[in-house]
Amino acid sequence: MLQLSIFLENAKGRLAEVISLLAECKVNLRALSLADTKDYGVLRIIVDNPEETAVKLRERKVVVSLTPVWVLKVPDRTGGLAEVLNQLVQQDVVVEYMYAFVEKENEQALVVLRVQDKAIMEKAMQTLNLPVK
Amino acid sequence: MDRTEEQWLEGLRKTVDKVLPIRHYQENYGAIGIKRAEDIKSLKDFQRLPLTTKEDLRKNYPFGLFAEPMENIVRLHASSGTTGKPTVVGYTRQDITLWAKIVANELKRVGVTKKDVVQIAYGYGLFTGGMGLHYGCEELGAIVVPISGGNTARQLMLMRDFGSTVLACTPSYALYLAESLEESQISRDELKLKIGIFGAEPWTEGMREEIEARLGIKAFDIYGLSEIMGPGVALECPAHQGLHIDEHFYPEILDEEGNPLRDGERGELVITSIKKEGFPVLRYRTKDLTTLHYGTCSCGHVGWSMDRVSARVDDMLIIRGVNVFPSQVEEAILLEGFEPHYLLVVYRVGNLDQLEVQVEVSEATFFDEVRELEGRQDRLKKRIEDSLGISVRIRLVEPKSIPRSEGKAIRVIDKRNKEG
Repeated sequence: MLQLSIFLENAKGRLAEVISLLAECKVNLRALSLADTKDYGVLRIIVDNPEETAVKLRERKVVVSLTPVWVLKVPDRTGGLAEVLNQLVQQDVVVEYMYAFVEKENEQALVVLRVQDKAIMEKAMQTLNLPVK
Repeated sequence: MDRTEEQWLEGLRKTVDKVLPIRHYQENYGAIGIKRAEDIKSLKDFQRLPLTTKEDLRKNYPFGLFAEPMENIVRLHASSGTTGKPTVVGYTRQDITLWAKIVANELKRVGVTKKDVVQIAYGYGLFTGGMGLHYGCEELGAIVVPISGGNTARQLMLMRDFGSTVLACTPSYALYLAESLEESQISRDELKLKIGIFGAEPWTEGMREEIEARLGIKAFDIYGLSEIMGPGVALECPAHQGLHIDEHFYPEILDEEGNPLRDGERGELVITSIKKEGFPVLRYRTKDLTTLHYGTCSCGHVGWSMDRVSARVDDMLIIRGVNVFPSQVEEAILLEGFEPHYLLVVYRVGNLDQLEVQVEVSEATFFDEVRELEGRQDRLKKRIEDSLGISVRIRLVEPKSIPRSEGKAIRVIDKRNKEG
């Protein structure tokens, strides 16, 4: 799956502006995470049509990149995420970052994973056959 | 044309003759025993003549240094001085003709012909850029599009519809046009542009490569200043062996104390005009830092050439006692793959000067991983610090957040004086 990453300058109201822009473009945010540094932030979002949304944002002069990520279904119980991660570690997958969200229809827990090496992750997914979104 | 010392002296003496009736020169030259042009027996004597500065022009504002009666002056131009009074220059009809011929000759050398359509996006007005190129192109017989600066969408539309083959403007505006072209409905293939004549502000070799690649043209550096004549004092040659100085100007390079430097040594460019009537200028301090070379170029030019002006004395910032030129920062930014849209902000914390360099992030330099982005930021910081010798703070900003210029770009905001 492709995640949208957006560069945000640390300026008052900038986050609200970009989120409003997404609303104007009729984009439904499924999941969101914000990494922040001293001067800027990187907003990461999961939406239904990432490519189409990227085009719309670029037209509005927003710096966007499309990043491949994996969205995994995680058993919604104690130790559920730990199980999944431990399996991935055994397959040499290195996680760059991750964030979680819940699907409302079926209360399904989901994690968005960004890994260092895509090929290793693909191989791991084939071996482990983990449920994906 | 290869000239001997005696031939140069002949021209220089004529200029001295021309200015001696003016009180300013009479007093200054009289003080060192020069009463007539014949008193100058050698180039060494000539180098004893006091330098002329922008301050001298201001003191004699507006017409005090003109060498012709006002009835013979047909045009006035003035510099874009941001502080104090502007510096005013006057041209006789003969001066205008000479200027046009000089510019036409130079344009011819880089391949501009009467068949070309020249879009002049330099400002028209008191600034010499627009009119200087305009008269030169007309003299050459090219088709002039006197569009002046600004209105970027229209520039691009007419560039396509008129089939402009040559663009003349500041390098920063050329870059802005390139950027606007990429976002417009017009594709580069619809344009016939092939040559760019860019000047009026310092720019780097990296900036040239960037503009050439994005507009698909050959870009040439043109040099000039209103106090000497305007654009056309020198133009880069197709072999890129520096900017060839027209033979109507006698150049010198001086160190900070005003001592002459040898060929290839970097210092301030000082120019004397030859054959100019309305406003002849003697040993004028340009405040531009460069080097000079004398010789024959592979393009056929014989005489003086200067290196690209990397910096103006006026643009120099002194930060924690270190001389800093915006062009050094531009070079580093381009080498690290960032776009040359940048701003230097100087401020003071306590008693310590701080330099912040703002650089725009683009699709090409943005990475989803903060670590990667910070890595790029660190590499840029290190490169700038290595070049300047002082620590800087890099601030990545959003695209288009640094104002674009339609004329000379603003590269520096110095907040130190305001904060007192």
